[in-house]
Amino acid sequence: MKVPPGIERSFFSSICTPRRTRFWAAVLFATLIILIVPAFAGLGEDVSSIQGDQVHMQGSLRITQAQAYSLHEIQAPTGTIVREYVSASGKVFGVAWQGPWPPDMRQILANYFGQFEQAAQVQVSSHAGRRPLFISEPGFVIETSGHMRSFAGRAYIPEMVPQGVSAESIR
Amino acid sequence: MNVDRITAIYATKMNKMVPRILLIPACGVLLLAAACGGSSSSPNITKTNPVSNVLAITVNAGPAGNYANGAFASVTVCAPSTTTCQTIDGILVDTGSSGLRILSSALTAALPAQKAADGNPVVECLPFISGYTWGPVQTADVELGGEKASSVPIQVVSQTDYPVPTNCADFGTSESTLSGLGANGILGVGNFAQDCGDACVATGSSNPGLYYECPASGCVVTGESLAQQVVNPVALFSTDNNGVLIELPAASGPETSLSGSLIFGIGTQSNNALGAAKVYPVDEYGNFVTTFNSQTYNQSFIDSGSNGLFFLGTGTTGLPACADADYFYCPSTTQTFSATNSGPTGTPSAAVSFSVANADNLFNDNPNATVLGQLAGPNSLGFDWGLPFFYGRNIFTAIEGSSTPGGTGPYWAY
Repeated sequence: MKVPPGIERSFFSSICTPRRTRFWAAVLFATLIILIVPAFAGLGEDVSSIQGDQVHMQGSLRITQAQAYSLHEIQAPTGTIVREYVSASGKVFGVAWQGPWPPDMRQILANYFGQFEQAAQVQVSSHAGRRPLFISEPGFVIETSGHMRSFAGRAYIPEMVPQGVSAESIR
Repeated sequence: MNVDRITAIYATKMNKMVPRILLIPACGVLLLAAACGGSSSSPNITKTNPVSNVLAITVNAGPAGNYANGAFASVTVCAPSTTTCQTIDGILVDTGSSGLRILSSALTAALPAQKAADGNPVVECLPFISGYTWGPVQTADVELGGEKASSVPIQVVSQTDYPVPTNCADFGTSESTLSGLGANGILGVGNFAQDCGDACVATGSSNPGLYYECPASGCVVTGESLAQQVVNPVALFSTDNNGVLIELPAASGPETSLSGSLIFGIGTQSNNALGAAKVYPVDEYGNFVTTFNSQTYNQSFIDSGSNGLFFLGTGTTGLPACADADYFYCPSTTQTFSATNSGPTGTPSAAVSFSVANADNLFNDNPNATVLGQLAGPNSLGFDWGLPFFYGRNIFTAIEGSSTPGGTGPYWAY
């Protein structure tokens, strides 16, 4: 089908202005990023999201198989280790971390980050004082401990922990 | 200027004026001819007239008025090499961190900002257990008791001076306010000299991203030399700079306040001798080992900045969590336990006895108490021996690389 010259010109001129070119380049770039790094990674997400965590942490990944889950361990160049526990159905039911500095909590807690932030604030306002964090809410448990140069913690979704697996093994 | 310091300066000047001949009988009396011999002046002379190395600390509700088991002190900061100074109270004494951090809202003295090589201000994001403090690095002369450290990089904590970068906010909640921090600031007098250390010096993927430089276009992670990093001010004192001793009396029960001392130096003056204290080395992360019911927990630590005794969980201890605050333990009656602390290699090693009371009862029965020696809660990763561990126990914290009569730091001794 032949496009009238006037329309063709206006179509191309509309997407080929320098500003528009930058816009479409940005859209393409963002799409690529979304394809490479899943928007949601970490706790409660699919096993495929772990790759995104690995890219984000610029870390190396090691996978070991336990009876009821697989353990995906990411070692970041900062020395921090993140362990993601994946059920047979391919869901991350627990994460644990350890190292001189905490990991990107938003990345590894994914959709639970907001709950973590809010519960931590509530706890400080109800009982002031600096201490390890212990939050146990329906559907979400998180514990953090340590001090400067030594951070460790774990978070899990109780309902998603496979039968026969103790939450204590998430560490 | 306080009386102790005037006395100290006067004494130092007097020492210089004492004719050498008068020292000879003193040597004879001491029967330490070797120590007094030689041409240089004896170290004993300055040692008998030291600067005051004591900073008063108090366990109270803190500046937010609601803290339990927090040891607070006053610090004085001055614009470097000037008499423009401000004394700020309500600063939490924390052996679990290093460096002085002051809330911007509590600081009125104008301090110079630290600048990166290209002239941009340096701003720090410091992660804590559940969040972070954010704010610019500034330089101050820091006075603690009679001791002074010059040109100390400190963090001025503010949520608003510079926009918080996403990577910083991703650590968790902001502790950059009085309610978030529970204090006007934190005096970190822990085992490490700098807060970050070598990891923050170089840029690249191994940099944990604590130091930023902030041009108008936005903050970006930068490398920060050890000399520019926020530092334990004790390490910059000219004397008494190898660590600290915290002395707090025993608490007989819940009390409204408790007074004690933060004493600078280890084995440098008559008031900070190690004596019979056992020296517990710590590993590269600042941890040692606690053994409980035959299980070893090698991520255990002593931390005056933790406001209770935090250890294990309800499953391993049999202690029920409080119904309304499951981050504390609530046994029906007070329980006494024994654990063993040891260095990372197993020595030294000694038992510790401690008690856990019902936290709900502690708070409800003693609404005005801030000293709760039997306040405890869970910490599944091991033992966090918080401030109650300091009640009735003199505890030394030696700085990494510093020589002391008990060996080279880092270590704890008690």
